[in-house]
Amino acid sequence: MGVDKIWVLAESVEGVPTATTLELLAAARSLGSTVEAFTWGPDTESLAPVLGAHGATRAYTVGDVSPGLPGAPVAAAMAAQVQAGNAPDMVLVATTYDGRDVAGRLSARLDRPVLTNVVNLTVEDGVPTSHHAIFGGTQVAKARFTGPGPAIFVVRAKSFVPEETGGGPAEVVTVEVPDLGRANDARVLERHVEERAGPKLDEADVVVSGGRGLGQPDNYAMVEELARLLHGAPGASRAIVDAGWVPYAYQVGQTGKTVKPTLYVACGISGATQHMVGMKGAKNIIAINKDQEAPIFGIADLGVVGDVHKVLPRLIDALKARS
Amino acid sequence: MNVAVCVKQIPDPAAPGELDPSTLTLKRDGKLILDDSDSYGVEMALQLADQAGGGEVTLVSMAPRGETGGLRTALAMGAAKAILVSDDALAGSDALGTAKVLAAAIKRISPDLVVAATESTDGYTGTTPAQVAELLGMPSVTFANKIEVADGAVRVHRQTEAGYDEVECPLPALVTVTAGVVEPRYPSFKGIMAAKSKPIEELKVADLGLDPTQVGAAGARQEMVSVEEAEERQAGEVVVDEGDAHERIIAFLEQLKVI
Ligand SMILES: Cc1cc2nc3c(=O)[nH]c(=O)nc-3n(C[C@H](O)[C@H](O)[C@H](O)COP(=O)(O)OP(=O)(O)OC[C@H]3O[C@@H](n4cnc5c(N)ncnc54)[C@H](O)[C@@H]3O)c2cc1C
Ligand SMILES: Cc1cc2nc3c(=O)[nH]c(=O)nc-3n(C[C@H](O)[C@H](O)[C@H](O)COP(=O)(O)OP(=O)(O)OC[C@H]3O[C@@H](n4cnc5c(N)ncnc54)[C@H](O)[C@@H]3O)c2cc1C
Repeated sequence: MGVDKIWVLAESVEGVPTATTLELLAAARSLGSTVEAFTWGPDTESLAPVLGAHGATRAYTVGDVSPGLPGAPVAAAMAAQVQAGNAPDMVLVATTYDGRDVAGRLSARLDRPVLTNVVNLTVEDGVPTSHHAIFGGTQVAKARFTGPGPAIFVVRAKSFVPEETGGGPAEVVTVEVPDLGRANDARVLERHVEERAGPKLDEADVVVSGGRGLGQPDNYAMVEELARLLHGAPGASRAIVDAGWVPYAYQVGQTGKTVKPTLYVACGISGATQHMVGMKGAKNIIAINKDQEAPIFGIADLGVVGDVHKVLPRLIDALKARS
Repeated sequence: MNVAVCVKQIPDPAAPGELDPSTLTLKRDGKLILDDSDSYGVEMALQLADQAGGGEVTLVSMAPRGETGGLRTALAMGAAKAILVSDDALAGSDALGTAKVLAAAIKRISPDLVVAATESTDGYTGTTPAQVAELLGMPSVTFANKIEVADGAVRVHRQTEAGYDEVECPLPALVTVTAGVVEPRYPSFKGIMAAKSKPIEELKVADLGLDPTQVGAAGARQEMVSVEEAEERQAGEVVVDEGDAHERIIAFLEQLKVI
């Protein structure tokens, strides 16, 4: 079996396709001959040029799902297309809040399994094959489906690099949502957006993260200050997220964000495998830790054995003196 | 209000994981414990039932060899009873197979609310709960970091990329919780003693009316092809701070053209 048609679940924020959507489109183009997006939202026409420029020839849309959540209606609309004979060989979904809802519900509707936490995709002997980082990224497992398609893959962020192809706008095709019974009863009453200055954690060129070694919540201000001076984004280990010092959105690692910046600075972070799996794709890593034996030094390009309470203030002062 | 909580019993995450060389699936032959991720769901369920002024919290688990270690921990926290599905036919189940089993077990108790964790610690596919909801034809709200129940509906703060959404959903519904939702209690001595005599109903695949070819390794319809060592990152220079390490860092930043 070769791979012909691939669907990418296209997510967007305020009329702009998300970075992971563009990553998946790039993956799809390298694997199959026809790439189509499947999306929702009030204005798919405005997404069509960007989706097209990244290789999607068509954009199926279920239209505006608000105030409902997308999981049930988008999955049901996809399943209806498949059951009506318009079936792709593969469906690519990003590991996002809504993505996992859609993938899970689609899987149950079609009675097809899902391969998740995918970090790379290849076609081997004509069979789509997914790569998974296991045991904290120390090993790579390859997996594939043995039954009929569509093959549903849930792919982690930053696994592929977006690439424009220069294609024209995707053709927008509105599809029906079948009756959902009670499955679509959830209603969003209000959206709360937490304002943050600076680049987003998963898009920043520099990420400065803090961990339990900072000692106490107030000291996280040093991490934020260093991030600001380097035009980067602040991040965190799960230890200080669970302790309530910073919101979950700051967490880097297996259960948080995957980041691949040019530079990652780890301050008072031990380097647990679950943390490292989210940041060891950084081009350069600086680690500051008072324990010479800390595992983080095993992957750092520059390791500083020292006290964050001394090194960070001096570094911040020196950077301020330059600007 | 009756609440069903999905609780996964897993190998101790502190012990290094190991793959079975013949099937390339995770070995689960040691003692199993309550997945930490599910302790939040158990606590939340107990508090919600309490606030509703009554009702039972029932645990639902699928695990090999009739394992009850993790269930006893959750019963000691205060859950009333448990359903355990344990059957050799379930070995090698994938997330969808697991969801079919959990959904069938949950159906038997028709709860007002189903609670699961956002993702498990060992498999962390994070798809099982949405699959369960779809199989039950139920609405779901995932990634909750706050839950209240009032007037036959659940109100959830659902984590988003930018902050959170306030979502309301009529019951029955399924909700998945994050670690931020509530602080789990430690089982008291009294709770541990009481848990020993709480009922655990043990079921087989046939009791749930499921076709054995739909679950277990046969139902998974996926296989591991190979496992290879990942490319290792090499350690670079290490300096010990003598009051001047910041200068070395600045030089490195200049070299990277970050500054
Ligand atoms: C299923 C699962 C998923 C997980 N997911 C994630 C995840 O996504 N992200 C994540 O980060 N973790 C995750 N974890 C948790 C992970 O295992 C670690 O517990 C966590 O990363 C530790 O955070 P830390 O490095 O800040 O704290 P610690 O491990 O406590 O390390 C603190 C470090 O600070 C150093 N230190 C102390 N004082 C100073 C000082 N004054 N100056 C300099 N250094 C100092 C210490 O030497 C130590 O190395 C997960 C765990 C599990 C089981
Ligand atoms: C490293 C690894 C990778 C895997 N990759 C895949 C994959 O790509 N696709 C796939 O289909 N399977 C995969 N599996 C198998 C899968 O993890 C298990 O089959 C499991 O039964 C269900 O998935 P989960 O633990 O990932 O659940 P998740 O969806 O992460 O679990 C979410 C929540 O559902 C509830 N829950 C899940 N399982 C149970 C249970 N047995 N009893 C009670 N409640 C439960 C818990 O509340 C849990 O926290 C993988 C397993 C491992 C070890």
